[in-house]
This record gives sequence, structure tokens and C-alpha cells, in this order.
Amino acid sequence: MHSQDISLDAICKVEGHAKLDLRIRDGKVEHVHYQIQEYKRFFSKAVEGKPLAAIPPLLSRICGTCSNAHVMCAIEACENAVGLQPSPQTMDLRHLTMYGLNIRDHALHLYIFVMPDLYGKDNFLSFDENDEEQHQHLHDCFEIKAAGNYLAQIVAGRSVHATYPTLGGFNHLPSKEEIEEAIRKLEAARPAAMRCIAIFERCDWSFDRDMDYQALVPKGSYWFLDGDVVTSHGERYGEKRYPDLLEHVVLPYSTASAYTHEGRPFMVGALARLNLAQETLHLQTRESLGRTLELFPSTNIYRNNLAQAIELLHSIDHAIELLQGREFAVEAPIRPEIREGEGIGVVEAPRGTLYHKIVVGEDGLVRRGEVIVPTGQNQINIERDIAGLVDGLLPDTDRPTIEHEIEKLIRAYDPCMSCATHFLKVDWDLV
Amino acid sequence: MNEQDKPRKVRIGWFSFACCEDNTIVMTELLNDRWQEWRELFDFRHARVLQTNNVLDQMDIAFIEGAVAGEPQAQEIREIRKLATLVVAIGSCAVTGMPSAQRNLFSDEQKQDVGFLVERFGHLDQVLKLSDVIKVDAEVPGCSMDPQRFLDTVDSAVAQVRAGWASEK
Repeated sequence: MHSQDISLDAICKVEGHAKLDLRIRDGKVEHVHYQIQEYKRFFSKAVEGKPLAAIPPLLSRICGTCSNAHVMCAIEACENAVGLQPSPQTMDLRHLTMYGLNIRDHALHLYIFVMPDLYGKDNFLSFDENDEEQHQHLHDCFEIKAAGNYLAQIVAGRSVHATYPTLGGFNHLPSKEEIEEAIRKLEAARPAAMRCIAIFERCDWSFDRDMDYQALVPKGSYWFLDGDVVTSHGERYGEKRYPDLLEHVVLPYSTASAYTHEGRPFMVGALARLNLAQETLHLQTRESLGRTLELFPSTNIYRNNLAQAIELLHSIDHAIELLQGREFAVEAPIRPEIREGEGIGVVEAPRGTLYHKIVVGEDGLVRRGEVIVPTGQNQINIERDIAGLVDGLLPDTDRPTIEHEIEKLIRAYDPCMSCATHFLKVDWDLV
Repeated sequence: MNEQDKPRKVRIGWFSFACCEDNTIVMTELLNDRWQEWRELFDFRHARVLQTNNVLDQMDIAFIEGAVAGEPQAQEIREIRKLATLVVAIGSCAVTGMPSAQRNLFSDEQKQDVGFLVERFGHLDQVLKLSDVIKVDAEVPGCSMDPQRFLDTVDSAVAQVRAGWASEK
């Protein structure tokens, strides 16, 4: 394969669609354009003129799978804009909302999207129930997903587009019976999460190279809602300083925004989080993992799958502790003041750092909004990695294998093009 | 059981257009309790979230989520309509266009601000709901879709498909 144009029409088993143009000249990759091609829905424009309370449910609709992360991020931005400080109970419920999301979303990615590649299958549902290992994975997948889904339902109302969280609190609390049932389901799912970790620890896929990364690093426990953004070079940025952290890059072939830090691409996601904050994982998680954590920090992008599996276990362990450790008392949500202000929200969505900015006027109506999603931040790193991967496979690898390896690599990032795109179609351009 | 003795599977397509794909996630959550039943019942001809090898050919039921924001989407949807016995619109964006169609309601100033992007990326002037483009046989509204209403619609559509098979004999 000296020079050619190749078109791969759809990367599957990812959220949303994107397109990839790959041009190979004289046996070397000349360019990779990872094109985020979502038909724009203009959410950051649609927030203008709306009252603060309408913003979280509206921005939730940016993305189905990440919706509850958008709800949490928008609430934080809106509350910060008017100086509202949520109660400790509200923060616990928000952490539980994020744990429900991460359990459901990571399990979807690891089992439905990635695991078929481990077993040479096309579709997870085609796993063989008569094969002991595959039978176990089928049951583990749906048990873990159901536990995360149930946790999200009782705490946040729904696992997609949560209805209970609002500015200043929650408008519904889980009952004692629901909490007991959630604990039972999470405890039952824990052995499945351990098996998931073992599978991805054994996985020998490797694409390793120098890589920058960054994540929101919490001050206390390993969670997804607060802290400072820390880079792989040890720089620490408070949430308000995010414009100093991210440089917006316009890719003319993409409908989404891309970003660099100090002119260099970087990675966000579970791997970055685990590299930077593994010592804050839940104690029981760390004790159960033993020497597995010695695999981190890692710059092998496929270790993002293992990092997600570890986050599954942490989310289960910490969710159980939070559910067991508190009596949830009725609290009316704190009403936000109507005043002028600007607020930043930063959370760790399942696939990386998510930023919302809201500017509100003295009439309580939103003037401007900004949303920066993880897949946009990963976009240039993904392009760079595809180029490196394909260069390493040329000239002796056949085209279907190259296309499959590209898909595997993209899946390892767990991109969400609904946040940023639709449709991955690879156009190979070789002469 | 021999292949010929197995019950005929219902050929399914699951498609996403301009939306947040929330209904796809709800569908994958419904799999938690129904995966054994559905893998026996359905032949997933096209379901990008589940598999790589998708074919666009004859379908008994096509489930379509999302609004229609570009002419290439409209063309693909017309093609799906030709191939599907039944088309079910899934979720608010397919059924009503909203919220993906929110730019249709922008002020003149907002429209001016986004106009260059609409033009540059070849979007339609107005975002359309599914029934603006093709005939739709059933609708499951909601943002995201109501799970029980979806399951009831699936039952009804499958019964309709099987009644059609029976009348062919």
C-alpha cells in the first residue's frame, strides 16, 4: 500500500457519527482529518434570553449518553454565576448522579463497544451463551448497566436527561426502600466489575507514545465534580482559569471546535484521571486492585479501557458508602438570586473534562453561553494517533486490518460525537 | 433446533439523525432486561450502536430518531422508507423536530449570528420533523422516549409484521 485513497463510511460502536479523511503518499500518512460533522443544533446560542432554571435541562439535550454530566455542569455554572452554594446533602446526591452515569456509560462502552473486538465478534449480542467466558460477560454487562441505571433513576429521576436535579438542590429524594435496593444491586454488580477489570488488565493491545493529558483532580475523594484541572506536566488551573488552559483551534473540515494546550494536543478521559489521581480512589477499590494500579500512569491509549473498568469499581464502592452513610432529609432547593454574574462549571464527564460557561444579566436572563466538550479536546490527539498508528502498519498491512485498527483506536478514546459530531466516514486519499 | 425450524426473525433498522441519541441510550438500557428475548426476536440489519457490519436492505421495522437538518439526511431517510415495511418515529426530535429544530424559532439577530454556519455546512434553512419528509406509521414521543410506550409500540409493530407474514402464506 504505497499511495491510495480509502473511504471508511461509518465507525460503529461509538456514540454519534464522524468522518475521517486519510491521505497516504509514498507510503506515509500525509494527513488525517477526523471530521466532526454533527448537524449543528446551536445550544450555546439557544441559551440566550432564557432564565437560569431553564439552562440545565436545555443543555442536557446536547447529548443523550452524557446528558446527566451536562445537567451537573450546567447547574454548577448557573449556581456559580449567582453565588449559590449547594448543601452537603445536595453535593452527595450529585456525586451519586455522576456515579450512576459512569457505571451505566462505562459498561456500555466496555462491553457493547469494545469487548466484541476482544473476541473477534461484530456484535456483543452475538456472544455465545454456551461459552463459559462469553456467557459470563453477557450477564455481567447487563447486571452492571442495570445497577447504574437504577442508581440514576432513584437519585436523579432518569438515567438520561435527569429530572430531579435542579438549581440549589433536588426536587425529589430516594426512599429508604429504593436506597436499600440500589445497595443490593451495586453489591451484586461488584464481582462483575472485578471480572471486567481482569479482562482489560489482560488485554495486550498497545499504542504507546509521548502524550500530554489533563483532568479535573479532586481535593479529597476520586470523584467527578470538583477540584482543579491538573496537567501531565504538573500545572494546576482553578476552574475560572480555563481560558488560559485551552486554545481554541478551528479545523475547517469539522463542525466542532478542537483544542490544544500550549500548542500541543492532549488527552482527557478516564486514563488521564487515573494517571493524575489514583491515590484518591476509594480505599476498598484500592485494596481490591492490588498491583493493578502499578500499570498507571500510562500513556498506552488502550489503558483507557482498563481505567474505565477501575472507575466502574470505584463508582460502585463509593456509591454504596454514600448511600449507607447518610439519612437523606427533605430540603427545599435553595432559590437562586436574580443578579448579574458569570459562572463556570467544570465536571469530569465519562469521557473527559466538560466545561460550561454562563453569563447572566441583572434581569436573571442568560446573555451568553459556552460549552467545551471532551471529544473536542481529544480531537487533535486522535488525529495524531491515527497517523502514528497507520504509519506503523504501513506498508505490509492490508486495508481492512488498518481500518479495523483505526476503529479500535478511536473507540479507546470513547468519543461522543453527539456532544460534538455525527458520522465517521474515512476517505482514503492515496496516489 | 434446525435453522429452518427457528422462528422467523423481525428485521430491524435503528437510525439516528440530528439529535442527542438519547433514545438509543434508552434502548440499550431496555436491553438490560430484554437482551435474551430481543436477540431471538430481532435480526438487527442496521444498528450502528451495536455492530459494525450494517446493511441497508429490506426491513420489517425501521426505528428513526432525530430531526432532519440536511438534504443528505433527507435522502437517506427516503431510502429507508422505501426499504421498510413500517417506520416508527422515535423521540421528540423525530416526532416534533424539537429541540434540534430550535434554530427555526431563533430571533432575527440569533439567525444572523448562526447563518454563516448554516450556510457553510450546507444545513437546511429549516430543521424538519420526520413526517415532513416521509410517511410515518407510528410515533413514540418524549425527550427521551417513554420506555413503556416504546415497548408497547414494538409489540404492536411486531404483531402487525407477523400478521403481514401470515397473510402472505
